[in-house]
Amino acid sequence: MIELSDIRKVFNSGKPNEFVAIDGITLSVERDKVLVLKGPSGSGKTTLLSVIGCMARPTSGRITLSGKEITSLPERFLTEIRRKSFGFVFQQFNLIKGITAMENVILPAYPTGEGFSVLKKRALSLLELFDLSERAFSKVEWLSGGEAQRVSIARALVNDPSVIIADEPTAHLDTKLSKDFMEIIGKLKVRRKTIIIASHDPIVYESAAVDRVLEMRDGRILSRATRQ
Amino acid sequence: MSRFNKQRNILDFTLSSLLRRRTKNSALVIVYTLIVFSLASVLFFTQAIKKEACIVLQNSPEIIVQRIVAGRHDLLPADYIDTIRAIRGVQSAKGRLWGYYFEPAAGANYTLMVSEEPGVEVGRIVIGQGVSRTIHANRADIVPFRRYDGSYTSFEVSDILSSESELVSSDLVLISESDFREMMGIRGEYVTDAAVYAKNKRELFMIADKIKRILPDTRPITKDEILRTYEAIFDWRGGILLVILSGAVIAFVILAWDKASGLSSDERREIGILKGIGWETSDVIAMKFWEGAVISLSSFSLGIILAYIHVFFASSALFEPALKGWSVLYPEFRLVPHMDPLQIATLFFLTVVPYTVSTIVPSWRAATIDPDTVMRL
Repeated sequence: MIELSDIRKVFNSGKPNEFVAIDGITLSVERDKVLVLKGPSGSGKTTLLSVIGCMARPTSGRITLSGKEITSLPERFLTEIRRKSFGFVFQQFNLIKGITAMENVILPAYPTGEGFSVLKKRALSLLELFDLSERAFSKVEWLSGGEAQRVSIARALVNDPSVIIADEPTAHLDTKLSKDFMEIIGKLKVRRKTIIIASHDPIVYESAAVDRVLEMRDGRILSRATRQ
Repeated sequence: MSRFNKQRNILDFTLSSLLRRRTKNSALVIVYTLIVFSLASVLFFTQAIKKEACIVLQNSPEIIVQRIVAGRHDLLPADYIDTIRAIRGVQSAKGRLWGYYFEPAAGANYTLMVSEEPGVEVGRIVIGQGVSRTIHANRADIVPFRRYDGSYTSFEVSDILSSESELVSSDLVLISESDFREMMGIRGEYVTDAAVYAKNKRELFMIADKIKRILPDTRPITKDEILRTYEAIFDWRGGILLVILSGAVIAFVILAWDKASGLSSDERREIGILKGIGWETSDVIAMKFWEGAVISLSSFSLGIILAYIHVFFASSALFEPALKGWSVLYPEFRLVPHMDPLQIATLFFLTVVPYTVSTIVPSWRAATIDPDTVMRL
């Protein structure tokens, strides 16, 4: 589904503080599978997720999404692809404070131009899916860590993307909530979502829901492990 | 439809964003409204009072002839009026008797005037509302006056002028000719000035020129010149007030620029999140545009409405002393509502447009950041 060919990402290119974040990664992400990128901090996991999710352009290399080359597309088109094809779950949840859980879930769908009532209905059904119906109209700062995490997953799903990208999703969760999160990932996989997670949490990469684990270090892939 | 929905959705989010930063935005709206209110009040007031003065002056003489001695206004010999009357094109010429009277007890200046219509009986006076309020005088009251030689005389108030004409009649005292001459010590062969009317209005300047040539020690003043002077006076007063207010305007511009341009770290973070979850740069700019537009338009409208109420329903209570002059006999009157669309448009372009633009530029800079920064927030 997603093909990466010899991807390189260099920050501050040509300057004394030049830093190679990812270095010649070639990778194929299969549809409807769960892929985990594991490795220590600074290994290039987050940068690789940004590149795959059309948030950053690679310095060199090519990316194709469902057979379409997207590396050279202008920013506007990349934004549209990002909005339609990818849903993001961030390490810090990145919910917008001061507005309700429901409004946070709708946010990525505002620029699509769909009517508010349609969006509201969709957001409420997503919140219901994650047992958050009662918290739908609570401001996000009143939510617990686990609830905020689930709101951010609901937000990632509001545009019905085919790929979910999660960056260190369990970094701020305890063991129980981390296991709950992986359970949700299992359910999303059943709903035919492709999931890419960057994590160095064993609860994540040892979970039964995961199909493939790639170990990264210094911007390169060290080993590839596929589960049967 | 989807474009409309998109803008509506963005506007929805903008409104809830504004409510989230309630304190900051309320402070901004209050200061903004105050500035628009002050500027609009001055503009409305000067415009309306100029209009009022023009209406009042419609009934004033077409030419006023004064005698000038050593560059100053002096009494006009009554026989000058016969000379003026003989000039071709003059329909009528009448001598006028008027002057000022300082009342030390009230610290006020009255305008004393001999009125032919309505005629005032000897020993009686008709006073304006301002005079009546100042000395608490009503009909049939006896009011003392000091003569030119220091002795005292008194008059009975026969009537009080209607409040409709208060703008011009507030400080007026109408008196009979003999009482006026006796009080001021003006002999019968002199008048204060002359009111001249022409047969053909187009010949006014020609007649004024002839008077000047035949009577070189006089100064003919046409109605147009008086109107221009009034306009200049109120423009000047309005200008002075605007200059004082410009300090406040500059302070506001600095505040607005700071509030609008200096995006807080929270706002930057939010823009980063929005870009990360699929908002385009143009969507973020649209959001900031709506934000600026909502604040500036609501403040502008509120300021204009308050200024309208202040000027036309509350007699410009805040600017009255500066704009109406030095007299202690302030007229109590309501200006006829009058607004100049060009002035409103100017005010709009000087307040709403710069503010809205100043909110977009920094947001545009923030909105062009790479969306991947959200991954590292």
